[in-house]
Amino acid sequence: LITCKDVINEISNYLDGELDEDLKRHLSEHLKKCDDCQVIFDTTRKTIELYCNGELYPLPDPVRDRLHQALRRNCQRTT
Amino acid sequence: MREGPQTVLAKDESTLVSEAKAGNFAAFEELVNRYEKKIYRLGLNVTGNPEDAEEVLQETFLKAFQHLANFREDSRFYTWIVRIAVNEGLMKLRKRRSDKSVPIADDVDEEGSIIPREFADWRPNPEQQLAQSELESILSNAARSLPPTFRTVFFLRDVEGLSTQETAELLNLTVSAVKARLFRARLHLRDELTKVFKRGET
Repeated sequence: LITCKDVINEISNYLDGELDEDLKRHLSEHLKKCDDCQVIFDTTRKTIELYCNGELYPLPDPVRDRLHQALRRNCQRTT
Repeated sequence: MREGPQTVLAKDESTLVSEAKAGNFAAFEELVNRYEKKIYRLGLNVTGNPEDAEEVLQETFLKAFQHLANFREDSRFYTWIVRIAVNEGLMKLRKRRSDKSVPIADDVDEEGSIIPREFADWRPNPEQQLAQSELESILSNAARSLPPTFRTVFFLRDVEGLSTQETAELLNLTVSAVKARLFRARLHLRDELTKVFKRGET
C-alpha cells in the first residue's frame, strides 16, 4: 500500500504520465480515497495551467523597438 | 485567390534560415519576429530582472546572427536560440551572484522528500475573479521566490513544453536532476499560489 508521502513524491511523474501501470493504478486509487492528496494533485495541475495560459511577461514595445534597432545597426551593415 | 500576408508568415522555417544564412536580413528579422516574445520571457524567467532580460534578448539575436553559419539545422532554430539565451541569462546571474544581489530561497534547495505546506483547496477558478495584471503579479511573485535554476527548469518544461531530455541538455543537468527540480518547483509554486487562492481568502 502506498502512503501520502509516496504519492506526493511521485505526483510530478504522475502528472507527466511517467509512472508504470501498477504504480499509476495504486496512485489513482489512493487519490480517490485521500482528500488531502487529491487537493495537492488538482492544485498542482491548476498551477501549471495558470502559468501556461497566462501571457506572463509580455514584451514591451520599447524593448522590441530597441532590439530591432540594435539588429539593424549591427547586422545589416554586414549583409 | 489572392495571396495574403499569411504567405510570408507561413514561410517554412528552414527556408527562412537558409535565406538568413545567405545574408538576407529580412529573413532573419522574420525569425526574430517569431521568437522575440519567447526569448524575452525566457530572459526574465532566468534572470528575474527586466534590464537583464532586455540584454539577454539583444545578445541572443545578435549572437545568433553572427553565428548563423554554425547552426547545422539538425535541431529546431528555436532550440538553438534558447540555448544561446539560457547561457546568456545564466552568465548574467553568475555576475549578479558575485554581487550577492540575487536572493536564493532557503526552503527549496535541500535534497530529499518535501512536504507541502499548504493543504487547503482553492476556491473555484480564482483567475476569473482577478484582473489580468493582478494575476500576472501573483504568478510572477511566486516564480521569483524560486531559485533561478528551478524557475528555469519549470519554465522550459511546463511553459515552453521542452522535453526533459532537451531541458537537461540545455542546462547541463542530468535527466533525474531536471525531474527533481521540476517536482520541487511545481510544489513550491503550488504552495505559494495556495496562500493566495485558498478558499475563504478574497
